[in-house]
Order: sequence, then C-alpha cells, then structure tokens
Amino acid sequence: MSNHEVPTPINAKFFSKGAIILSFLTLIGALGYIYRLIYGLDTTTNLSNQYPWGIWIAIDVATGVALAAGGFTTAALADIFHRNKYHSLTRPALLTAMLGYTFVVVGLLADLGKYYNVWHPMLPSMWQGNSVLFEVGICVMIYLTILYVEFFPIVIERFMGHVNLPGLLSKYNSLIESFLKISNRTLYRVLSLFIIAGVVLSCLHQSSLGTLMVIAPYKMHPLWYTPILPLLFLLSALSVGFPMVIFESILSSWSFKIKPEIKTLASIAKYTPILLFCYLSIKVADLAIRNAFGYIGETSIESFCFILEMVIGVIIPMVILFQRDKRHSIKYLFLSALCIIFGILLNRINVFLVAYTPPYSTGYYFPSFVEIAVTAGLISGLILVYRFMVIHLPVISIQRVKYNAVTDTPKSESTVKA
Amino acid sequence: MDKDRRKFLKLSTVATASLIPSVTSASTEHCEDDFDNAFGVLVDTTVCVGCRNCELACNQQNELPEQPEEHFSDKSVFNSMRKPSVEAYTVVNRSIDSQPSELGSFSKIQCMHCNHPACVSACIVGALTKCTHGVVSWDAWKCIGCRYCMIACPFQIPAYEFKEPLKPRVMKCTFCYDRIHDNKKPACVESCPVEALTFGKRRDLIKLAHSRIETSPDKYYDHVYGEKEIGGTSWMYLASKEFINYDLPKLGEEQIPQMTEIIQHGIFKSFLPPLALYGFLGLVMHSIRQNKKKETENDEQS
Repeated sequence: MSNHEVPTPINAKFFSKGAIILSFLTLIGALGYIYRLIYGLDTTTNLSNQYPWGIWIAIDVATGVALAAGGFTTAALADIFHRNKYHSLTRPALLTAMLGYTFVVVGLLADLGKYYNVWHPMLPSMWQGNSVLFEVGICVMIYLTILYVEFFPIVIERFMGHVNLPGLLSKYNSLIESFLKISNRTLYRVLSLFIIAGVVLSCLHQSSLGTLMVIAPYKMHPLWYTPILPLLFLLSALSVGFPMVIFESILSSWSFKIKPEIKTLASIAKYTPILLFCYLSIKVADLAIRNAFGYIGETSIESFCFILEMVIGVIIPMVILFQRDKRHSIKYLFLSALCIIFGILLNRINVFLVAYTPPYSTGYYFPSFVEIAVTAGLISGLILVYRFMVIHLPVISIQRVKYNAVTDTPKSESTVKA
Repeated sequence: MDKDRRKFLKLSTVATASLIPSVTSASTEHCEDDFDNAFGVLVDTTVCVGCRNCELACNQQNELPEQPEEHFSDKSVFNSMRKPSVEAYTVVNRSIDSQPSELGSFSKIQCMHCNHPACVSACIVGALTKCTHGVVSWDAWKCIGCRYCMIACPFQIPAYEFKEPLKPRVMKCTFCYDRIHDNKKPACVESCPVEALTFGKRRDLIKLAHSRIETSPDKYYDHVYGEKEIGGTSWMYLASKEFINYDLPKLGEEQIPQMTEIIQHGIFKSFLPPLALYGFLGLVMHSIRQNKKKETENDEQS
C-alpha cells in the first residue's frame, strides 16, 4: 500500500470572506446565548407548557448528534474493517464528530432550565436506568471523552518535538515534551480499543435518541410514531455518516482551494444508497404494518413535511448515488450529500417538533429570533473552530498536485477533470 | 499486545458495568396491590358545581401567587379551556358541549398521579418519583430542567417556570403530600362544599365508584376514568356521559413507559448486546489486521 496523501496543516489565511461572515453570526449567537442565560427561557424562546421542546433540542442536539455520525462510521470502515483507502477521511470526520458533540453539549446547556445541574446524571444516587434520556446522556458523555482521546494523537503529532512555549513558560517545555511522548506510546497501544468503544457507544445513543419520543404515543403523529423509531434513527445516522464526510471534504476543498479526493469520495459514496434503500424499505414496511399510509394523503403540514423528508432526503439522493457515473461527479456527489443532510435535519425536526401535538394547544411552536440566532451561531462557531483546527493541525490530507488558486471560486467540474 | 488488550477489555467491562446502574424496571417492581392500597381521589363530575373553592384552597396550601378571593368566584373563566400552570396546580373546566346555563359537567383537573407514570420513567435524574402513598412528587434539587417529563405526560400536566432564569421549577399537584402524611385530606378535597371529591384508598374508591354507577345507572356513564387507563391513575373520574375531552383524553390500558422500557432494557440486557457488539467488532478488527499483516509479509518475501 502506498499512500501519497499525508495529513498536513493547511496553509491558508483564517479570515477569508466566508469566515468573517461566520464570525459575525457566531457573535450574534453568543450574545443571544448570554441573553438567554441572564433572562431565562421565557423572554428568549417561544417554548411553552404546550411545546416544551424547540429547535435547540431538535436541531442543536438531535440533528447535531446525527450529523456527527461521520466520525464513527468512517472510523468503523477505515480502522475496524481496515479499508485503508479511506484513511485520509478519518481525521476530518473525527474532528467534525469531536466538535459536533462539543457543540451539542454547548447547545444543550442553553436549553436546560438548570444548566448548572448538567453533571447530575453522573452521580450514582441519581442514576435512572428506565430513562432513555439518561442512557443518551451517559453515552454522549463517554463518547465525547473518547473522541477527545482519539483526537489527541493528532495534537501529539503536531507538537511532539516542537514544544516551544514563550517566555517564562519555556521551562515546562521538556515536561510537556515527555508527557506527549508517554501519551503517544500509551495511546498507540490502546487506541483501537477506544475506537471500537466509540462505535458501540454511537450505535447505542444514536438509536436511543429515537427511543426518546416513543414515550409520547398519544402526542405523536402516526406518520412518525413507531416502536422502531430507534432502528430508524440508527439507520438514518449510519446513512448520513459518509455523505457528511463527502459534504465537508468538498466544502473544504473549495474553501482551501485544494484538489478534492474525488476517487475516495466516489468510492465511499457507494455504501450510502444501499443504506438509504434499507432505510426506505423499513420505513415503508413500518407504515404498511401500522396502517399509516393514509396519513400521507391528508393535506396537512405533517404530510407535507413527511413527503418532503422522504423525497428530498431519501429517494432523490438514493437514485443519484445508485448510478456509478454520478458518483464520480463532484456536482452530483455534493448535491446528493446536501439532500441527505437536509433530509436528516428535516427528519429530526419532524420527529421532535412537527409530529409532537399536545392534546390541548392554542397555537403552533415557531422558534424565536434568539433561538434561531443561537442555533445559527453554534453552527457558524463550529465551522470556524474547524477551520482554525485544520489550519493549525494535520487533519486534512492534501494530494501533491495543488490547485492553481487564481480564481476565487473554483469551478469544481473543470478543475476536477483537469 | 493481545494480553494487554484482554486485560483492558476486562477492565472496561467492569468499569462500564459499574458505571450504569443495574436496569431493573422500577415501575414493574410494585405489585398491583401497592397501587390499590395507595391513596386516590374520586372526582364525581355530576356533583361538581364549579365553585372553584378547590382552586382557592390549592393556591393557599401550596403558596402559589396570591390571588384575590374574588378571582376565584369569577365564572367567566369557564368560557375558555384552562390547563394547570405555574400559577395553579389545579383548574376547573366546564365541559365543552354543555350550555352556559346548564349546571354540572364541570371537571377539576390536576396531576393524575398515575400508577405507572410516564414522567417518572422519563426523568433523567430520578427527580420525579412515585411513592407508596401513590403520590408522584418532584425533587427540586435533582432536576436539571430538561422538560422531558412534559413531553412524556399524556395529560399535559407538568408546567414549567420558563420565566425563572436561574431556578425554574416543574410545577404540578403535590397531592398535598405533607397533609396526607399527617393523616389529613388534600386541601382541595377538604374545601369541596358538595363532596364532589372523595379521598381514600384507591381500592375503596374503585368500589365506591362502581357502586354509585350501579345504584343510579341513569345518572352515570358506565366507566370509571382512571381505573384502567394507562395502567390506572390515583385520581379517577365519574361522569354523566362519555367524557373524552382535552383534559381526559382517550387512552388505552397499556402503561405508557412499557414500550420504551422494553426497548431500553432489551438493548442493555445485562449489558450483553453492547458487549457482544464490542467483542464482534474487536474480532473483526483483529482478524482483518492479521490477514493484512500476512499479506504484506508475503509481499515482502516474494
């Protein structure tokens, strides 16, 4: 096996035009976040006794966790099943997962009424084995730790042998250096155990996020209420894993003007339509068994959202990605990945918000400005930290042939073929 | 390497096993007898006159925001549906189809104190508990404010202090736990001038309800709401006609937490499924790695 691609810090300016816009959004989000912490949920959100959960749960937490699935799916494929050609994708996927989960926790803190009690589930005296949320919480907590451990070797690789702290701190240089060396040796031995644990924990909480709403049978719309929600959540998380990696890889290649790894991306995309097909079949079978097909025909917000979710999120990308030639086109790869990501977003919003109908309600829930600002701020912040990390740490693998970055917006098709 | 690995596996097994509590189903621990011995209240909606004394007594007992007494004699509140809120643990609603002039068809709404409460099963930190008296109570200190209990409750009862930035509480009927403890009736029951509310052992109340239906079958619709709904509730209702409305929705007899608990405890059955997955993935990883090693060795030799 000869692998020419080596992960390297990207040589780019941090503040591109896009990064400035994102910084602006992050700033607004941060202000909204602080505003919420000071003034409480009532002033800042449209949550109510009728609709106790909003987009901070549906998007920041549920969608965030699903979209971070690239981390464990790629790790399983490359490290456990040893498909070595995908190794160049594991680091960006790992970084996304690590940052994704970190921002999930940050987002969750905004939503929790008593955010300062977030550590309570760790106390044995408060363990509650019947609670699905408890399991999700514990799994996410352990998995986040594992992600940091998995990411640490990348930090070691960058700094081992180059620790050079300025001024007074310089006396700690050798200490840190030896710490890095010891960690490096230990981690090298046990890393695979962490990787497997990460995959197991992911499967557990990805599915359990679906189990969450199974507790509200009388409040959920029949298009989404099914006891197999956990299976559907797991399958959809597995399906969105690789598309998310593809989506990011293409985006960063455009942003940093490097050549997209089209062959690897096309190759990893071949698993996705199969997973989507499984998802679609189970979904159809489930609707048939529960006799819920009729609800698709009713003209309501629910049926519209359901059709949108299935057509854009599942059927269209599945059809595109089943075709070999389309998988080798950056344009189609990007389009289908975008569709799937949108589908996941819509699915989670549907399950947690659209399908939720309290027996007594005086209106609908629609997110407030602060809710939207905080969510947008979190996403922007995540992208910025990601950008910062790939500029300073060896995450993205670059092929030796570099992009000729003359034009600002590279035309993907022409450059890829060239 | 292999030895280390096995050692680590063992260690991590022990670690994870001790990390998460043994998953015995709390709500199936009780036998049905416990629930029948627990306290309950029978609400006879055919007797209720809608005086709202119970609301006043409740607010006073629970030190809810002071309201002038005139507030509680205002009958115009019946023109719209109300739900218990952070300012009122209990409210009286008039049945939607009854004429304004007609008396009767009032029903008092509060936490039903279910036998198998969905909120208790849902709560991430066990802040909600069902105690032997039948009371579902909430622990302010444990609560983290996730509001999953509100999602879970089929009666849409728990209210949340969204306005409170630092110490928001989940607000709902406490079943006057302290009063029950002191052998007193709940404040609302005591305040009722027409004895629409009967406090007692759940078992006796079920008997009482059925005997009332038997003695005056014309007056009552033959159903004790809460006797069997979602596995039974501590608060039960009698009415003159079928009483399915927003407050007392049509519910099956299956306990609500059953499905999620079956799924959860299935996935975590003695931790076997996750451990099996771990072992399987480890095996796959190991064997493929060995194969690859052999391949490269062969390549080097040839």
